[in-house]
Amino acid sequence: FRLSSLIGHISTCPSLIGQCCQRHPGSVDEFQEELVIRPLHSGDIYASFQFRTLWDTDFLQEGQKVSHYRLFPKSLGQVLSKFSVRELHISFTQGFWRTMQWGQPFIPSPPGAELWVWFHDTVSDVDGNWKELTNVLSGIFCASLNFIDLTNTVQPSASFKPLGLGNATDHRFLRYATLPREIVCTENLTPWKKLLPCGSKAGLAVLLKSEKLFHSSFHSQAVHIRPVCQDEQCTSKAWELRQTLNVVFDLYTAGQGKKAFRSSIYLNCGKTGELFELSPATPLLSQAVVLGDRRTYSVFDLTRAETFGQLRSLNLLLRWKGDGGEMLRPLLHAERYVAGFGLQTGEIHTVIYNNHPYRAFPVLLMDSVPWYLQLYIHTLTVTSKSRDNKPSYIHYQPAKDRHRPHLLEMLIQLPPHSMTEVTVQFERALLKWTEYTPDPNHGFYVGSSVVSALVPSMVAMSTNFTQDQPLFSSFVPVKEESSYFVRVYTEPLLVNLPTPDFSMPYNVICLTCTVVAVGYGSFYNLLTRTFQVDEPSLPLAKRLANLIRRIRGVPLLT
Amino acid sequence: MAAPLTLLLIVAVTIRAVLFRSSWAELISERVEVVSPLNAWKRVVEGLALLDLGVSPYSGDVFHETPFMIYLFHFVVDYAEIVFMVSPGLVFCLSRFLTSLYLFRKQKYALESDRYPADCLELLRSPKEMFYIPLKVAMFYLLNPFTILSCVAKSTCGLNNAIIALFILCTLKGSALLSGILLALATYQSIYPLTLFAPALLFFLQRLYIPVNLRRSSFWFFTLQYAFIYVGSLVVITGLSFFLLGSWDFIPSVYGFIFSVPDLTPNIGLFWYFFAEMFEHFRLFFICVFQINVFFYTIPLSIKLKEHPVFLIFMQIAIISIFKSYPTVGDVALYMAFLPAWSHLYRFLRNIFLVSCVLLACSALFPVLWHLWIYAGSANSNFYYAITLLFNFGQILLVSDYFYAYLRREHHLTHGLYLKKKDGTEATLVLK
Repeated sequence: FRLSSLIGHISTCPSLIGQCCQRHPGSVDEFQEELVIRPLHSGDIYASFQFRTLWDTDFLQEGQKVSHYRLFPKSLGQVLSKFSVRELHISFTQGFWRTMQWGQPFIPSPPGAELWVWFHDTVSDVDGNWKELTNVLSGIFCASLNFIDLTNTVQPSASFKPLGLGNATDHRFLRYATLPREIVCTENLTPWKKLLPCGSKAGLAVLLKSEKLFHSSFHSQAVHIRPVCQDEQCTSKAWELRQTLNVVFDLYTAGQGKKAFRSSIYLNCGKTGELFELSPATPLLSQAVVLGDRRTYSVFDLTRAETFGQLRSLNLLLRWKGDGGEMLRPLLHAERYVAGFGLQTGEIHTVIYNNHPYRAFPVLLMDSVPWYLQLYIHTLTVTSKSRDNKPSYIHYQPAKDRHRPHLLEMLIQLPPHSMTEVTVQFERALLKWTEYTPDPNHGFYVGSSVVSALVPSMVAMSTNFTQDQPLFSSFVPVKEESSYFVRVYTEPLLVNLPTPDFSMPYNVICLTCTVVAVGYGSFYNLLTRTFQVDEPSLPLAKRLANLIRRIRGVPLLT
Repeated sequence: MAAPLTLLLIVAVTIRAVLFRSSWAELISERVEVVSPLNAWKRVVEGLALLDLGVSPYSGDVFHETPFMIYLFHFVVDYAEIVFMVSPGLVFCLSRFLTSLYLFRKQKYALESDRYPADCLELLRSPKEMFYIPLKVAMFYLLNPFTILSCVAKSTCGLNNAIIALFILCTLKGSALLSGILLALATYQSIYPLTLFAPALLFFLQRLYIPVNLRRSSFWFFTLQYAFIYVGSLVVITGLSFFLLGSWDFIPSVYGFIFSVPDLTPNIGLFWYFFAEMFEHFRLFFICVFQINVFFYTIPLSIKLKEHPVFLIFMQIAIISIFKSYPTVGDVALYMAFLPAWSHLYRFLRNIFLVSCVLLACSALFPVLWHLWIYAGSANSNFYYAITLLFNFGQILLVSDYFYAYLRREHHLTHGLYLKKKDGTEATLVLK
């Protein structure tokens, strides 16, 4: 019997309402916030904050300068217009999402920093824009995104399709980079909170206290910007800025929240409601299907005064009834590890599990390996159930030393209820001594693989577009009812490279030049000198005497 | 003579076949002393796999072979082992010709022209000695552990050696056309055989009795002819390579790679650690210095050895093997195969014992220290680097020792073997 409770202390303060979150006349900027709390079977609590700002302006027209920023943050708006960005997705994650224990996250993200951007087709120099964009974002988010350069940027051809409007297929305008070594801390949370219309002073953002957030097993903050339709007929377009924060912790947290334009808390009570007891009980229950899972959610709408009791505060208390209950097993799961020993060669093994009992489906595996691990694509093997499983589509771009990394994308058909293993051999390169990080024996990180798939759903998904859909179920557009899109990130790898001795540059130069000089010297002697009979030379006294004798004109000594 | 040679061939083929089929083959083909990024078999297979995937093999940095190799192996990749066993055989053919016909003939002419002083008879080689030289050369090449390792690893160094051996064979036979074409092919494979142009030219001039005099028109006439054959075939071969893959990508990938040394994989040469530890500012300067170092011995050596072009070929091949950017033991084996041809120089060699000990010890220590660095983690790169230095030092000593012995023998042949000082006592010869 485990006791775990979540207390949310939220009070209203009428005098502060409307200062920053009011609807401006004449515009349709919207702000919506949401918190989903889902207790996990391992005893942890998964809290997912989503803040969505809709900005009604059309960048897609050339030359239109935008200077009215209402709810949308000005820094990001300027970035979007300057670099002709169509979609921007950036995430900072600390920790690794354990799919088998926690299920699928609403918004997946790899450990470290990840940035992928779709540019407009009008951009002529995408690489230049990308370089400047990473530097500007590095300043906005206080993260070292300036380490993103051409040596760790790839252009995936199929794994990262636009999530917003647009039917672009030219992947020359897509750039994807990941920094697995990036550490996330309060320095990154503060500018992220500043992007919210009210900052951290009102709404659910008040709950975001750094000390609580960073004492967690998993913490991921992300910003997703994309153009969306504002209604079903798509007569007007808007920019959607979603800021998401996913945390997994098993502590109790206390926070204060002020009212926002539209804000709600969704609490996942599970299918039978027997897992825990919720107080206060709420009459609002909604059902939502997300990630192929139909669950019942208790909804607390913070915009309504009835939610808050007489004390004008909302305390949520969850009491666990005991261990047990079935967790829905995630249908798609992936792992990755390095095999081999020594510092010369190795093998990357990626294992993908298909847990669907009877359906096979294809997955797209994308691997971006740095150039200093030289992949040998002729050693690529894909086996499912101990039999060879040839991928139907392979897109491989080999690395150029010090210019670009390897990019391997494969479409693999996973048989039902099976484990598929993808192995590829690599060789480790010796780098120049200046190319190692200050702690070279820590190793070098290889970014996570991305497994993207349309997983067949056991439950019919809703393809209707409604404004009232909760945020967490509308992140990924659902195109058909029978499947939903899932992206799984594997672990990043840590590989050691052979190192030269860093204390030796001067010594090495001297010693090698000595050997070359020995060769030069021997050949020089043999080429410029001839053999002569060795006549012994006179001792010094006799030579001096000979000198005097020569002056005198007298015969010389021998 | 035929029987021992046949026996030797059978033994060599057997050893290679046994090793091919054993588990050692894979181990050997991974050894950095035997294969380099330029001639590893794994990379040839990778290049062919990339071609099958529809990607140009030169778009990445894995494949650095010339298009000629792609073309060759596209067809014979399943029979690769046979190809690699045939190439030493070509070197063996050369050995027969080199010694039995050329050296013997030269000495015969010199004897007849009474050029040698009387007491030099013991310096001259008897026909009986020279009879066994082809066998010895063949043995030195076919049974050399370096050659066997290189062949079992299926390193394309063996093929390059075969082309150079064929070139020497055609040169000695006197066919300028074939010699020019083969030299162009050898240069196309790896740039360094360019320096063999001078000795080949000198050989033909000597053969045709054209004096090497810059003022004579006959000299220039022949030089231009030979240069035209050489450059023409080089241009034709390069043009054909362009048409194979439809792009000039192979030039930066092959020749740019050889000259700029971007890959610092350890090998038995001097370049890798030097450029791993080089200050970035000076990198270009030292690349130029090291590359010029290979080429600039050609002119002085040609001037000094203009009457001895075959020895000059040996010296050039040795210098290339020591100072090239990605040497392997296969390159070392090529010039070592020539050593029995100069076995008469033995009495003038000064350091042969030291040199052979050094080379043997280093060859044994290479795998040990590699294991300690890469697998055991108890040594670091300095250990392997030290053995590299020592191995190259030993090689330089060996080559310069043979050069000294050759020059000394020539001096004795002109001035007499037992030299006396002015007062009649025995003299010592020094280099002054």
